[in-house]
Amino acid sequence: MTWIALIVVVLVLAAAVAVLALDNLIGAVVASSVVSLGVSVLFVVLLAPDVALTEAAVGAGLSGVVLALGLRRTGLWRLEGDRGGAHPLVPTQGQIGSASGARQGGQADA
Amino acid sequence: MRNLASLLFSLGLAFLLLAIAAQLGFGHTPMVVGSRILADAQSDIGAANIVTAVVFGYRGFDTLGELSILFAAATAAGLVLGHRRAGAPDDPQGGLVLSAGADLLFPLLLLVGIYIVIHGHLTPGGGFQGGVILAAAFFVSVIAKPALRLAHGAISVIEGLAGAAFILIGLWALVGDGSFLKPLLGHGVLGQLVSAGTMPLLSSAVGLKVGSELAGLLAHISESEAREP
Amino acid sequence: MMSLSLEAILYTGAIGLVVIGALGLVLSHHLFRMLLSLAVAEAGGNLLVVLAGYRGGAIAPILGYGAPGTPMVDPIPQALVLTAIVIGVGVQALAVAVLVRVYRAYGTLDLRDLVEHMQGDIAKAAGIPRSTSTHAPGGERPLPPVPALVRHQPRGGRS
Repeated sequence: MTWIALIVVVLVLAAAVAVLALDNLIGAVVASSVVSLGVSVLFVVLLAPDVALTEAAVGAGLSGVVLALGLRRTGLWRLEGDRGGAHPLVPTQGQIGSASGARQGGQADA
Repeated sequence: MRNLASLLFSLGLAFLLLAIAAQLGFGHTPMVVGSRILADAQSDIGAANIVTAVVFGYRGFDTLGELSILFAAATAAGLVLGHRRAGAPDDPQGGLVLSAGADLLFPLLLLVGIYIVIHGHLTPGGGFQGGVILAAAFFVSVIAKPALRLAHGAISVIEGLAGAAFILIGLWALVGDGSFLKPLLGHGVLGQLVSAGTMPLLSSAVGLKVGSELAGLLAHISESEAREP
Repeated sequence: MMSLSLEAILYTGAIGLVVIGALGLVLSHHLFRMLLSLAVAEAGGNLLVVLAGYRGGAIAPILGYGAPGTPMVDPIPQALVLTAIVIGVGVQALAVAVLVRVYRAYGTLDLRDLVEHMQGDIAKAAGIPRSTSTHAPGGERPLPPVPALVRHQPRGGRS
């Protein structure tokens, strides 16, 4: 039990330092999910199964999704499938026709 | 200068926390209230999972406070984000792995979530854990197929009804037995699914409320505008 | 190395997480990284509270798995931490919503740029010129002029 706790604590502290040190923001979000997952294992070592279940579901699951969604909405994390120009996910540099074009496209589909 | 001040602050914080930790006595907690609860939980509430008995029975009022905090956070986030953009169904579809996985995982996640909510008083689990898994079940399908918009009206109705059910069960306990949110309806046999009185009902209400609230919040963030139109 | 007890390891982990989270909150200048450091500090704090309820040689607080007389760990810190974890994710979701709105309004999430923009907006809304000193209040000085201050010419730039 001591060895498991030692390895997991080292992993957790390394991931916490990675949250501060990584330049890539989505990497920092993944590192915070790793911290939550490691802390959930430590809760099992401390004989708290309810808390471990909650921390695993919330910290490693939902919190990561919420933070990654926030990154996506602010445009700090773009994927290859995003269309350039008139797409609301990609911040445009003040082109007047692009925003209304996106809205027209949305209404045409709905 | 700023880094030196931050370093001193962190050293001071570590010293304060170490001073607290040295006083705690790891492994030999006094457990003044905890031992009474451990001794009396079976006769008072009749649930096998003592932590759930504390959350919904002994400290049920704190759970009501937590539900209001979650409600306030979800409502405030909805107010801050504003209206939903019209182009949300245009989002890029998830890849093959995400679409196939979402089709496969949705019924499994739903089943696991409902199991954890219903068995909260017997095994580790309860309303909050199951509610989070239910929210994830609905949200995975919304991410994979953005054209399937989440029905925000139905989600709000479910959330409101579940929260009202929690409060109504508590008021029924107030009218019937004299204390708000006291578990009613007899204890049953320890370890059976139908036991511990109204506590599984409270747990299910919390599970539905948390699940629908978080799913609605995630869908709202996902559909919000990115730049000023 | 062999004398590392479970207690020392877990306390190091919990206090280390809180301190790293607090350091990240103070040292970072990007709002999103501040939010992530707050999440790390919350995890450390919850671990510290559950550590306080541990009892050596006991079992988890669920009836029906051990002999009826075995000691169990304290269930109260676990109930409190369960609440705290769920509230933490609610607060993080609200913070993400606020960050999306800030980015929509100003186009950046860097704290230093945001301070410049916001001070400019506040000065414009109040109708006073933008002050360059971090100590002097904006606008006309309401009291009679002090001879010592009148003699020195105001210099530009931050102090």
